[in-house]
Amino acid sequence: MNPAVLIASIYVFALAAFLGYQVISRVPPLLHTPLMSATNAISGISLIGSLVLAGAAHYTPLAHVLGFVAVTTATINVVGGFGITDRMLKMFNKRKTEAKQEVGK
Amino acid sequence: MTLSTYFMEATYLIASILFVFALKGMSHPETARRGMFLAEGGMFAAIVGTLVGTHIVTWGWIIAGLAIGSIIGAWMAIWVPMTAMPQRTALSHAFGALAAALVGVGEFTVHASEMPTVTRGALGFEIMLGALTTTGSLIAAGKLQGLIHGKPIQFKGQNAVNLAIFLAMAVCFVVFWTHPEATVFFYTMLGIAFLFGVMLVIPIGSADMPVVMSLLNSYAGLAAAATGFVLSNNVLIIAGTLDGFSGFILSVLMCKAMNRSITNVLFGGFGAVVAESSADVGGVMREINLEDAAMQLAFANRVIFVPGYGLATAQAQHAVRELAEMLEDRGVTVKYAIHPVAGRMPGHMNVLLAEANVPYSSLYEMDQINPEFPSTDVAVVIGANDVVNPDARDNPKSLIAGMPILEVDRAKSVIVLKRGQGRGFSGLENPLFFKPCTAMLYGDAKSSLTHLAQAVQHV
Repeated sequence: MNPAVLIASIYVFALAAFLGYQVISRVPPLLHTPLMSATNAISGISLIGSLVLAGAAHYTPLAHVLGFVAVTTATINVVGGFGITDRMLKMFNKRKTEAKQEVGK
Repeated sequence: MTLSTYFMEATYLIASILFVFALKGMSHPETARRGMFLAEGGMFAAIVGTLVGTHIVTWGWIIAGLAIGSIIGAWMAIWVPMTAMPQRTALSHAFGALAAALVGVGEFTVHASEMPTVTRGALGFEIMLGALTTTGSLIAAGKLQGLIHGKPIQFKGQNAVNLAIFLAMAVCFVVFWTHPEATVFFYTMLGIAFLFGVMLVIPIGSADMPVVMSLLNSYAGLAAAATGFVLSNNVLIIAGTLDGFSGFILSVLMCKAMNRSITNVLFGGFGAVVAESSADVGGVMREINLEDAAMQLAFANRVIFVPGYGLATAQAQHAVRELAEMLEDRGVTVKYAIHPVAGRMPGHMNVLLAEANVPYSSLYEMDQINPEFPSTDVAVVIGANDVVNPDARDNPKSLIAGMPILEVDRAKSVIVLKRGQGRGFSGLENPLFFKPCTAMLYGDAKSSLTHLAQAVQHV
Protein backbone atom coordinates (compact mmCIF):
# COMPACT_ATOMS: atom_id res chain seq x y z
CA MET A 1 0.00 0.00 0.00
CA ASN A 2 1.62 3.26 -1.04
CA PRO A 3 1.19 6.34 1.16
CA ALA A 4 -1.29 8.04 -1.17
CA VAL A 5 -3.61 5.03 -1.06
CA LEU A 6 -3.25 4.79 2.71
CA ILE A 7 -4.15 8.45 3.16
CA ALA A 8 -7.14 8.09 0.84
CA SER A 9 -8.26 5.04 2.82
CA ILE A 10 -8.01 6.94 6.08
CA TYR A 11 -10.13 9.73 4.58
CA VAL A 12 -12.73 7.17 3.55
CA PHE A 13 -12.68 5.64 7.03
CA ALA A 14 -13.02 9.00 8.80
CA LEU A 15 -15.82 10.24 6.56
CA ALA A 16 -17.68 6.92 6.79
CA ALA A 17 -17.40 7.08 10.58
CA PHE A 18 -18.81 10.61 10.61
CA LEU A 19 -21.60 9.71 8.21
CA GLY A 20 -22.38 6.56 10.17
CA TYR A 21 -22.64 8.54 13.39
CA GLN A 22 -25.00 11.08 11.79
CA VAL A 23 -27.24 8.49 10.18
CA ILE A 24 -27.34 5.91 12.94
CA SER A 25 -27.96 8.25 15.85
CA ARG A 26 -31.30 9.02 14.15
CA VAL A 27 -32.47 5.42 14.34
CA PRO A 28 -35.17 5.15 17.05
CA PRO A 29 -34.73 2.55 19.84
CA LEU A 30 -37.82 0.88 18.40
CA LEU A 31 -35.70 -0.36 15.50
CA HIS A 32 -32.45 -1.17 17.30
CA THR A 33 -32.73 -4.93 16.80
CA PRO A 34 -33.43 -4.63 13.05
CA LEU A 35 -30.62 -2.05 12.88
CA MET A 36 -28.17 -4.51 14.37
CA SER A 37 -29.15 -7.29 12.01
CA ALA A 38 -29.14 -4.88 9.06
CA THR A 39 -25.64 -3.55 9.72
CA ASN A 40 -24.58 -7.14 10.21
CA ALA A 41 -25.91 -8.09 6.79
CA ILE A 42 -24.27 -5.03 5.26
CA SER A 43 -20.89 -5.86 6.77
CA GLY A 44 -21.34 -9.24 5.11
CA ILE A 45 -19.79 -7.29 2.24
CA SER A 46 -16.57 -8.96 3.39
CA LEU A 47 -18.00 -11.64 1.09
CA ILE A 48 -16.32 -9.85 -1.81
CA GLY A 49 -12.93 -10.30 -0.17
CA SER A 50 -13.76 -13.96 0.44
CA LEU A 51 -14.77 -14.49 -3.19
CA VAL A 52 -11.38 -13.28 -4.39
CA LEU A 53 -9.61 -15.57 -1.92
CA ALA A 54 -11.74 -18.56 -2.91
CA GLY A 55 -11.32 -18.34 -6.63
CA ALA A 56 -8.89 -15.75 -7.97
CA ALA A 57 -5.67 -16.56 -9.76
CA HIS A 58 -2.35 -16.35 -7.83
CA TYR A 59 -3.89 -17.91 -4.72
CA THR A 60 -2.83 -21.25 -3.25
CA PRO A 61 -5.20 -24.20 -2.72
CA LEU A 62 -5.03 -23.56 1.04
CA ALA A 63 -6.19 -19.98 0.44
CA HIS A 64 -9.01 -21.28 -1.75
CA VAL A 65 -10.21 -23.53 1.08
CA LEU A 66 -10.02 -20.72 3.64
CA GLY A 67 -11.85 -18.56 1.11
CA PHE A 68 -14.53 -21.22 0.71
CA VAL A 69 -15.25 -21.22 4.46
CA ALA A 70 -15.26 -17.41 4.49
CA VAL A 71 -17.62 -17.28 1.49
CA THR A 72 -19.94 -19.68 3.30
CA THR A 73 -20.07 -17.76 6.59
CA ALA A 74 -20.31 -14.36 4.87
CA THR A 75 -23.14 -15.61 2.64
CA ILE A 76 -24.98 -16.91 5.70
CA ASN A 77 -24.77 -13.39 7.10
CA VAL A 78 -25.86 -11.67 3.90
CA VAL A 79 -28.78 -13.98 3.09
CA GLY A 80 -29.79 -14.65 6.70
CA GLY A 81 -29.22 -11.04 7.79
CA PHE A 82 -31.25 -9.39 5.04
CA GLY A 83 -33.93 -12.07 5.27
CA ILE A 84 -34.42 -11.75 8.98
CA THR A 85 -34.25 -7.95 8.93
CA ASP A 86 -37.05 -7.90 6.38
CA ARG A 87 -39.06 -10.38 8.44
CA MET A 88 -38.73 -8.14 11.48
CA LEU A 89 -39.49 -4.90 9.67
CA LYS A 90 -42.62 -6.43 8.16
CA MET A 91 -43.96 -6.90 11.69
CA PHE A 92 -43.85 -3.24 12.68
CA ASN A 93 -47.43 -2.16 12.08
CA LYS A 94 -49.19 1.11 12.52
CA ARG A 95 -52.33 1.38 14.60
CA LYS A 96 -54.34 -1.77 14.84
CA THR A 97 -57.44 -0.35 13.15
CA GLU A 98 -55.48 0.74 10.10
CA ALA A 99 -53.75 -2.62 9.97
CA LYS A 100 -57.12 -4.36 10.08
CA GLN A 101 -58.42 -2.15 7.27
CA GLU A 102 -55.44 -3.04 5.15
CA VAL A 103 -56.09 -6.72 5.71
CA GLY A 104 -59.73 -6.15 4.78
CA LYS A 105 -58.89 -4.51 1.46
CA MET B 1 -7.27 -0.69 -15.72
CA THR B 2 -9.50 -2.79 -17.88
CA LEU B 3 -13.16 -2.19 -18.55
CA SER B 4 -14.24 -4.96 -16.17
CA THR B 5 -12.21 -3.38 -13.36
CA TYR B 6 -13.98 -0.08 -13.95
CA PHE B 7 -17.28 -1.93 -13.84
CA MET B 8 -16.30 -3.56 -10.54
CA GLU B 9 -15.28 -0.24 -8.98
CA ALA B 10 -18.55 1.32 -10.17
CA THR B 11 -20.59 -1.40 -8.47
CA TYR B 12 -18.62 -0.81 -5.26
CA LEU B 13 -19.40 2.88 -5.35
CA ILE B 14 -23.09 2.20 -5.98
CA ALA B 15 -23.16 -0.34 -3.14
CA SER B 16 -21.57 2.15 -0.72
CA ILE B 17 -24.15 4.80 -1.54
CA LEU B 18 -27.06 2.36 -1.29
CA PHE B 19 -25.82 1.12 2.12
CA VAL B 20 -25.91 4.65 3.50
CA PHE B 21 -29.41 5.18 2.08
CA ALA B 22 -30.51 1.92 3.69
CA LEU B 23 -29.34 3.03 7.13
CA LYS B 24 -30.97 6.41 6.59
CA GLY B 25 -34.25 4.59 5.91
CA MET B 26 -33.91 2.91 9.31
CA SER B 27 -34.82 6.21 10.98
CA HIS B 28 -38.51 5.34 10.58
CA PRO B 29 -40.41 2.04 10.45
CA GLU B 30 -42.29 3.27 7.36
CA THR B 31 -39.15 3.67 5.26
CA ALA B 32 -36.99 0.93 6.78
CA ARG B 33 -38.06 -1.91 4.52
CA ARG B 34 -37.60 0.08 1.33
CA GLY B 35 -34.14 1.05 2.54
CA MET B 36 -33.18 -2.56 3.07
CA PHE B 37 -34.19 -3.41 -0.50
CA LEU B 38 -31.69 -0.78 -1.65
CA ALA B 39 -28.98 -2.38 0.49
CA GLU B 40 -29.81 -5.81 -0.94
CA GLY B 41 -29.49 -4.38 -4.45
CA GLY B 42 -26.17 -2.81 -3.55
CA MET B 43 -24.87 -6.07 -2.14
CA PHE B 44 -25.93 -7.98 -5.23
CA ALA B 45 -24.27 -5.44 -7.51
CA ALA B 46 -21.02 -5.62 -5.53
CA ILE B 47 -20.96 -9.44 -5.70
CA VAL B 48 -21.59 -9.46 -9.46
CA GLY B 49 -19.02 -6.71 -9.92
CA THR B 50 -16.41 -8.72 -8.02
CA LEU B 51 -17.03 -11.87 -10.01
CA VAL B 52 -16.82 -9.94 -13.27
CA GLY B 53 -13.89 -7.73 -12.36
CA THR B 54 -11.63 -10.30 -10.70
CA HIS B 55 -9.71 -12.87 -12.64
CA ILE B 56 -11.46 -15.94 -11.19
CA VAL B 57 -9.84 -19.27 -12.07
CA THR B 58 -11.58 -21.80 -9.85
CA TRP B 59 -15.34 -21.49 -9.56
CA GLY B 60 -15.92 -24.67 -7.56
CA TRP B 61 -15.22 -23.27 -4.09
CA ILE B 62 -17.10 -20.06 -4.84
CA ILE B 63 -20.25 -21.79 -6.04
CA ALA B 64 -20.13 -24.30 -3.18
CA GLY B 65 -19.70 -21.54 -0.59
CA LEU B 66 -22.45 -19.37 -2.03
CA ALA B 67 -24.83 -22.34 -2.24
CA ILE B 68 -24.20 -23.69 1.26
CA GLY B 69 -24.25 -20.20 2.77
CA SER B 70 -27.50 -19.30 1.01
CA ILE B 71 -29.22 -22.47 2.18
CA ILE B 72 -28.17 -22.01 5.81
CA GLY B 73 -28.88 -18.27 5.68
CA ALA B 74 -32.33 -18.74 4.18
CA TRP B 75 -33.10 -21.46 6.70
CA MET B 76 -32.15 -19.08 9.53
CA ALA B 77 -34.11 -16.20 8.03
CA ILE B 78 -37.28 -18.25 7.78
CA TRP B 79 -37.19 -20.52 10.81
CA VAL B 80 -35.47 -18.74 13.67
CA PRO B 81 -38.19 -17.64 16.12
CA MET B 82 -38.23 -14.00 17.23
CA THR B 83 -37.56 -15.03 20.83
CA ALA B 84 -34.23 -16.49 19.64
CA MET B 85 -33.21 -13.26 17.93
CA PRO B 86 -30.40 -12.41 20.41
CA GLN B 87 -28.72 -15.81 19.88
CA ARG B 88 -29.07 -15.53 16.10
CA THR B 89 -27.55 -12.06 16.12
CA ALA B 90 -24.64 -13.22 18.28
CA LEU B 91 -24.03 -16.10 15.87
CA SER B 92 -24.02 -13.75 12.92
CA HIS B 93 -21.43 -11.57 14.66
CA ALA B 94 -19.32 -14.73 14.93
CA PHE B 95 -19.80 -15.62 11.25
CA GLY B 96 -18.97 -12.12 10.03
CA ALA B 97 -15.87 -11.91 12.21
CA LEU B 98 -14.74 -15.40 11.18
CA ALA B 99 -15.03 -14.45 7.50
CA ALA B 100 -12.85 -11.38 8.14
CA ALA B 101 -10.28 -13.41 10.11
CA LEU B 102 -10.10 -16.13 7.44
CA VAL B 103 -9.63 -13.59 4.65
CA GLY B 104 -6.80 -12.18 6.74
CA VAL B 105 -5.15 -15.58 7.21
CA GLY B 106 -5.57 -16.33 3.50
CA GLU B 107 -3.97 -13.04 2.49
CA PHE B 108 -1.15 -13.74 4.92
CA THR B 109 -0.40 -17.21 3.53
CA VAL B 110 -0.18 -15.80 -0.01
CA HIS B 111 1.11 -12.25 0.26
CA ALA B 112 3.00 -12.15 3.57
CA SER B 113 6.42 -11.61 1.99
CA GLU B 114 5.48 -8.67 -0.24
CA MET B 115 3.15 -6.95 2.23
CA PRO B 116 4.11 -3.36 3.13
CA THR B 117 4.38 -2.48 6.82
CA VAL B 118 1.15 -0.49 6.95
CA THR B 119 -0.85 -3.29 5.37
CA ARG B 120 0.67 -5.75 7.82
CA GLY B 121 -0.47 -3.56 10.69
CA ALA B 122 -4.03 -3.49 9.34
CA LEU B 123 -3.83 -7.25 8.85
CA GLY B 124 -2.87 -7.67 12.50
CA PHE B 125 -5.92 -5.69 13.62
CA GLU B 126 -8.13 -7.64 11.26
CA ILE B 127 -6.89 -10.96 12.66
CA MET B 128 -7.10 -9.94 16.32
CA LEU B 129 -10.55 -8.32 16.09
CA GLY B 130 -11.89 -11.06 13.84
CA ALA B 131 -10.64 -13.94 15.99
CA LEU B 132 -11.64 -12.54 19.38
CA THR B 133 -15.08 -11.55 18.08
CA THR B 134 -15.61 -15.04 16.66
CA THR B 135 -15.07 -16.89 19.92
CA GLY B 136 -16.56 -14.11 22.07
CA SER B 137 -19.76 -14.13 20.03
CA LEU B 138 -19.96 -17.92 20.17
CA ILE B 139 -19.76 -17.78 23.97
CA ALA B 140 -22.40 -15.03 24.02
CA ALA B 141 -24.65 -17.10 21.75
CA GLY B 142 -24.12 -20.13 24.01
CA LYS B 143 -25.11 -18.11 27.07
CA LEU B 144 -28.18 -16.69 25.36
CA GLN B 145 -29.26 -20.11 24.13
CA GLY B 146 -28.74 -21.53 27.61
CA LEU B 147 -25.99 -23.95 26.52
CA ILE B 148 -23.62 -22.17 28.89
CA HIS B 149 -24.82 -20.98 32.26
CA GLY B 150 -25.82 -17.31 32.17
CA LYS B 151 -24.13 -16.50 35.48
CA PRO B 152 -20.74 -14.81 35.20
CA ILE B 153 -17.82 -17.25 35.31
CA GLN B 154 -15.17 -15.73 37.51
CA PHE B 155 -12.02 -16.75 39.31
CA LYS B 156 -9.41 -15.07 41.42
CA GLY B 157 -7.02 -12.85 39.51
CA GLN B 158 -9.17 -12.98 36.41
CA ASN B 159 -8.41 -9.44 35.33
CA ALA B 160 -4.67 -10.06 35.80
CA VAL B 161 -4.85 -13.21 33.68
CA ASN B 162 -6.80 -11.35 31.00
CA LEU B 163 -4.30 -8.52 31.04
CA ALA B 164 -1.45 -11.03 30.62
CA ILE B 165 -3.26 -12.64 27.67
CA PHE B 166 -3.83 -9.24 26.12
CA LEU B 167 -0.16 -8.29 26.54
CA ALA B 168 0.97 -11.59 25.02
CA MET B 169 -1.28 -10.91 22.04
CA ALA B 170 0.07 -7.37 21.71
CA VAL B 171 3.68 -8.61 21.83
CA CYS B 172 2.99 -11.16 19.09
CA PHE B 173 1.40 -8.42 17.03
CA VAL B 174 4.40 -6.11 17.37
CA VAL B 175 6.90 -8.88 16.54
CA PHE B 176 4.86 -9.96 13.51
CA TRP B 177 4.55 -6.34 12.44
CA THR B 178 8.27 -5.68 12.55
CA HIS B 179 9.46 -9.16 11.47
CA PRO B 180 7.15 -10.48 8.73
CA GLU B 181 9.22 -13.64 8.31
CA ALA B 182 8.41 -14.78 11.85
CA THR B 183 5.18 -16.53 10.88
CA VAL B 184 5.02 -18.40 14.17
CA PHE B 185 4.17 -15.13 15.90
CA PHE B 186 1.37 -14.52 13.43
CA TYR B 187 -0.27 -17.83 14.21
CA THR B 188 0.34 -17.45 17.95
CA MET B 189 -1.39 -14.07 17.77
CA LEU B 190 -4.33 -15.73 16.02
CA GLY B 191 -4.57 -18.44 18.68
CA ILE B 192 -4.29 -16.01 21.58
CA ALA B 193 -6.97 -13.80 20.04
CA PHE B 194 -9.35 -16.79 19.91
CA LEU B 195 -8.62 -17.46 23.59
CA PHE B 196 -8.95 -13.78 24.51
CA GLY B 197 -12.46 -13.65 23.01
CA VAL B 198 -13.55 -16.48 25.31
CA MET B 199 -11.95 -14.86 28.36
CA LEU B 200 -13.59 -11.51 27.61
CA VAL B 201 -17.14 -12.82 27.52
CA ILE B 202 -17.26 -15.57 30.18
CA PRO B 203 -17.18 -13.14 33.16
CA ILE B 204 -20.17 -11.19 31.83
CA GLY B 205 -23.64 -12.01 33.12
CA SER B 206 -26.75 -12.44 31.01
CA ALA B 207 -28.27 -9.15 32.16
CA ASP B 208 -25.36 -7.25 30.59
CA MET B 209 -25.82 -8.95 27.23
CA PRO B 210 -27.26 -5.85 25.49
CA VAL B 211 -23.91 -4.09 25.96
CA VAL B 212 -21.85 -7.14 24.98
CA MET B 213 -23.95 -7.73 21.87
CA SER B 214 -23.46 -4.12 20.79
CA LEU B 215 -19.71 -4.26 21.44
CA LEU B 216 -19.29 -7.50 19.49
CA ASN B 217 -21.33 -5.88 16.72
CA SER B 218 -18.86 -3.03 16.73
CA TYR B 219 -15.78 -5.32 16.69
CA ALA B 220 -17.17 -7.41 13.83
CA GLY B 221 -17.69 -4.24 11.81
CA LEU B 222 -14.22 -2.90 12.57
CA ALA B 223 -12.72 -6.26 11.57
CA ALA B 224 -14.44 -5.89 8.19
CA ALA B 225 -13.14 -2.30 7.92
CA ALA B 226 -9.59 -3.54 8.67
CA THR B 227 -10.05 -6.10 5.88
CA GLY B 228 -10.82 -3.15 3.62
CA PHE B 229 -7.50 -1.55 4.59
CA VAL B 230 -5.63 -4.80 3.87
CA LEU B 231 -7.25 -5.24 0.45
CA SER B 232 -7.34 -1.46 -0.30
CA ASN B 233 -11.04 -1.85 -0.88
CA ASN B 234 -13.18 1.21 -0.10
CA VAL B 235 -16.59 -0.43 0.01
CA LEU B 236 -15.30 -2.81 2.68
CA ILE B 237 -13.96 0.13 4.67
CA ILE B 238 -17.26 2.01 4.37
CA ALA B 239 -19.58 -0.91 5.18
CA GLY B 240 -17.34 -2.11 8.01
CA THR B 241 -17.08 1.36 9.51
CA LEU B 242 -20.85 1.88 9.36
CA ASP B 243 -21.32 -1.44 11.15
CA GLY B 244 -18.58 -0.67 13.65
CA PHE B 245 -19.99 2.74 14.52
CA SER B 246 -23.52 1.45 14.72
CA GLY B 247 -22.37 -1.08 17.31
CA PHE B 248 -20.38 1.57 19.13
CA ILE B 249 -23.33 3.97 19.33
CA LEU B 250 -25.56 1.16 20.61
CA SER B 251 -22.99 0.20 23.28
CA VAL B 252 -22.86 3.77 24.52
CA LEU B 253 -26.66 3.99 24.63
CA MET B 254 -26.92 0.69 26.50
CA CYS B 255 -24.28 1.75 29.02
CA LYS B 256 -26.08 5.05 29.60
CA ALA B 257 -29.31 3.15 30.16
CA MET B 258 -27.57 1.25 32.97
CA ASN B 259 -25.56 4.21 34.25
CA ARG B 260 -22.35 2.20 33.95
CA SER B 261 -19.15 2.54 32.01
CA ILE B 262 -18.07 0.04 29.37
CA THR B 263 -15.07 -0.93 31.53
CA ASN B 264 -17.38 -1.66 34.42
CA VAL B 265 -19.54 -3.91 32.25
CA LEU B 266 -16.54 -5.76 30.83
CA PHE B 267 -14.46 -6.17 33.95
CA GLY B 268 -16.90 -5.56 36.79
CA GLY B 269 -18.41 -9.05 36.81
CA PHE B 270 -21.78 -7.60 37.73
CA GLY B 271 -24.30 -10.03 39.15
CA ALA B 272 -21.72 -12.48 40.46
CA VAL B 273 -22.01 -11.53 44.09
CA VAL B 274 -25.32 -11.22 45.80
CA ALA B 275 -25.15 -7.71 47.13
CA GLU B 276 -25.23 -7.67 50.88
CA SER B 277 -25.38 -3.90 50.92
CA SER B 278 -28.85 -3.81 49.41
CA ALA B 279 -31.16 -2.14 51.84
CA ASP B 280 -33.01 -4.50 54.11
CA VAL B 281 -36.44 -3.66 52.84
CA GLY B 282 -38.51 -5.79 55.11
CA GLY B 283 -42.24 -5.86 54.84
CA VAL B 284 -44.27 -8.46 53.08
CA MET B 285 -45.12 -9.05 49.50
CA ARG B 286 -48.85 -8.88 48.95
CA GLU B 287 -50.18 -11.61 46.74
CA ILE B 288 -53.19 -11.06 44.51
CA ASN B 289 -55.45 -13.63 42.88
CA LEU B 290 -56.45 -13.67 39.23
CA GLU B 291 -60.01 -12.46 39.74
CA ASP B 292 -58.99 -9.41 41.75
CA ALA B 293 -56.27 -8.54 39.29
CA ALA B 294 -58.68 -8.88 36.36
CA MET B 295 -61.19 -6.69 38.17
CA GLN B 296 -58.58 -4.04 38.79
CA LEU B 297 -57.55 -4.04 35.12
CA ALA B 298 -61.08 -4.10 33.75
CA PHE B 299 -62.16 -1.04 35.69
CA ALA B 300 -59.00 0.98 35.11
CA ASN B 301 -58.80 3.96 32.80
CA ARG B 302 -55.12 3.75 31.99
CA VAL B 303 -52.95 0.66 32.01
CA ILE B 304 -49.26 0.45 31.16
CA PHE B 305 -47.55 -2.86 30.47
CA VAL B 306 -43.85 -3.07 31.36
CA PRO B 307 -42.23 -6.06 29.65
CA GLY B 308 -38.85 -7.54 30.57
CA TYR B 309 -36.81 -10.58 29.67
CA GLY B 310 -39.38 -12.75 31.47
CA LEU B 311 -41.81 -11.94 28.65
CA ALA B 312 -39.37 -13.45 26.16
CA THR B 313 -38.62 -16.58 28.18
CA ALA B 314 -42.31 -17.22 28.76
CA GLN B 315 -43.06 -16.40 25.08
CA ALA B 316 -45.93 -14.32 26.43
CA GLN B 317 -45.95 -11.61 23.75
CA HIS B 318 -49.15 -12.88 22.11
CA ALA B 319 -50.88 -13.37 25.45
CA VAL B 320 -50.15 -9.79 26.52
CA ARG B 321 -51.50 -8.44 23.23
CA GLU B 322 -54.70 -10.45 23.65
CA LEU B 323 -55.20 -9.10 27.16
CA ALA B 324 -54.45 -5.57 25.96
CA GLU B 325 -57.00 -5.83 23.13
CA MET B 326 -59.59 -7.11 25.56
CA LEU B 327 -58.97 -4.10 27.78
CA GLU B 328 -59.01 -1.68 24.85
CA ASP B 329 -62.38 -3.03 23.79
CA ARG B 330 -63.62 -2.06 27.24
CA GLY B 331 -62.32 1.47 26.69
CA VAL B 332 -59.12 1.20 28.71
CA THR B 333 -56.12 3.13 27.35
CA VAL B 334 -53.24 0.67 27.06
CA LYS B 335 -49.59 1.58 26.52
CA TYR B 336 -46.33 -0.32 26.69
CA ALA B 337 -43.24 1.08 28.42
CA ILE B 338 -39.93 -0.16 26.97
CA HIS B 339 -36.70 0.27 28.91
CA PRO B 340 -33.61 0.45 26.63
CA VAL B 341 -31.95 -2.56 28.30
CA ALA B 342 -35.07 -4.67 28.80
CA GLY B 343 -34.29 -8.05 27.31
CA ARG B 344 -31.02 -9.37 25.99
CA MET B 345 -30.26 -7.06 23.08
CA PRO B 346 -31.10 -3.50 22.05
CA GLY B 347 -34.71 -3.29 20.88
CA HIS B 348 -35.46 -6.90 21.91
CA MET B 349 -38.88 -6.10 23.47
CA ASN B 350 -40.01 -3.97 20.53
CA VAL B 351 -39.43 -6.80 18.09
CA LEU B 352 -41.24 -9.34 20.27
CA LEU B 353 -44.28 -7.10 20.70
CA ALA B 354 -44.27 -6.21 17.02
CA GLU B 355 -44.31 -9.92 16.27
CA ALA B 356 -47.46 -10.21 18.36
CA ASN B 357 -49.03 -7.46 16.22
CA VAL B 358 -48.80 -4.72 18.84
CA PRO B 359 -48.82 -1.46 16.85
CA TYR B 360 -45.55 0.40 17.29
CA SER B 361 -47.46 3.58 18.15
CA SER B 362 -48.36 1.97 21.50
CA LEU B 363 -44.71 1.32 22.38
CA TYR B 364 -43.20 4.13 24.44
CA GLU B 365 -39.62 4.89 25.34
CA MET B 366 -38.58 5.49 28.92
CA ASP B 367 -38.42 9.29 28.77
CA GLN B 368 -41.79 9.55 27.06
CA ILE B 369 -43.67 7.28 29.42
CA ASN B 370 -42.19 8.11 32.84
CA PRO B 371 -44.28 11.29 33.32
CA GLU B 372 -47.42 9.25 32.67
CA PHE B 373 -47.06 6.76 35.52
CA PRO B 374 -48.60 9.01 38.22
CA SER B 375 -51.83 9.22 36.20
CA THR B 376 -51.83 5.48 35.48
CA ASP B 377 -54.26 3.25 37.33
CA VAL B 378 -52.45 -0.05 36.90
CA ALA B 379 -48.88 -0.73 35.81
CA VAL B 380 -48.39 -4.39 34.90
CA VAL B 381 -44.78 -5.55 35.20
CA ILE B 382 -44.17 -8.71 33.16
CA GLY B 383 -40.90 -10.44 33.98
CA ALA B 384 -38.97 -7.21 34.44
CA ASN B 385 -37.02 -6.56 37.62
CA ASP B 386 -33.95 -4.33 37.69
CA VAL B 387 -35.37 -1.84 35.16
CA VAL B 388 -38.21 -1.07 37.57
CA ASN B 389 -36.20 -1.20 40.81
CA PRO B 390 -36.82 2.08 42.69
CA ASP B 391 -33.57 1.51 44.63
CA ALA B 392 -31.73 2.74 41.53
CA ARG B 393 -33.33 6.13 42.10
CA ASP B 394 -33.71 6.27 45.88
CA ASN B 395 -30.82 4.34 47.40
CA PRO B 396 -27.42 5.82 46.55
CA LYS B 397 -25.75 2.74 48.08
CA SER B 398 -27.46 0.36 45.70
CA LEU B 399 -25.32 -1.44 43.12
CA ILE B 400 -27.51 -0.05 40.40
CA ALA B 401 -27.76 3.46 41.89
CA GLY B 402 -28.25 6.09 39.21
CA MET B 403 -29.54 3.69 36.59
CA PRO B 404 -32.54 5.32 34.92
CA ILE B 405 -35.66 3.27 35.62
CA LEU B 406 -39.25 3.05 34.56
CA GLU B 407 -41.00 4.66 37.53
CA VAL B 408 -43.80 2.16 37.89
CA ASP B 409 -43.88 2.70 41.65
CA ARG B 410 -45.47 6.11 40.96
CA ALA B 411 -48.52 4.44 39.42
CA LYS B 412 -51.66 4.18 41.54
CA SER B 413 -51.26 0.42 41.67
CA VAL B 414 -48.80 -2.11 40.35
CA ILE B 415 -49.29 -5.76 39.46
CA VAL B 416 -46.06 -7.74 39.14
CA LEU B 417 -46.15 -10.97 37.16
CA LYS B 418 -43.35 -13.17 38.39
CA ARG B 419 -42.45 -16.84 38.32
CA GLY B 420 -41.57 -17.04 42.00
CA GLN B 421 -40.22 -15.05 44.90
CA GLY B 422 -36.60 -15.14 43.70
CA ARG B 423 -34.45 -12.14 42.94
CA GLY B 424 -33.58 -10.70 39.54
CA PHE B 425 -30.46 -11.46 37.54
CA SER B 426 -28.45 -8.87 39.40
CA GLY B 427 -29.37 -10.61 42.66
CA LEU B 428 -30.70 -7.37 44.08
CA GLU B 429 -33.71 -7.11 46.34
CA ASN B 430 -36.41 -5.03 44.69
CA PRO B 431 -38.27 -2.72 47.14
CA LEU B 432 -40.99 -2.25 44.52
CA PHE B 433 -42.33 -5.69 45.43
CA PHE B 434 -42.81 -4.65 49.07
CA LYS B 435 -44.63 -1.38 48.44
CA PRO B 436 -48.24 -1.17 49.62
CA CYS B 437 -49.43 -0.32 46.10
CA THR B 438 -47.81 -3.43 44.65
CA ALA B 439 -49.49 -6.79 44.28
CA MET B 440 -47.72 -9.96 43.16
CA LEU B 441 -49.26 -12.41 40.74
CA TYR B 442 -47.11 -15.55 40.76
CA GLY B 443 -46.90 -18.06 37.95
CA ASP B 444 -45.79 -18.45 34.37
CA ALA B 445 -46.31 -15.10 32.63
CA LYS B 446 -47.99 -16.60 29.60
CA SER B 447 -50.59 -18.61 31.49
CA SER B 448 -51.18 -15.75 33.96
CA LEU B 449 -51.87 -13.35 31.09
CA THR B 450 -54.13 -15.82 29.28
CA HIS B 451 -56.12 -16.44 32.45
CA LEU B 452 -56.30 -12.71 33.14
CA ALA B 453 -57.76 -12.16 29.67
CA GLN B 454 -60.38 -14.85 30.30
CA ALA B 455 -61.21 -13.34 33.68
CA VAL B 456 -61.50 -9.85 32.18
CA GLN B 457 -63.96 -11.21 29.64
CA HIS B 458 -66.19 -12.47 32.44
CA VAL B 459 -66.13 -9.26 34.48
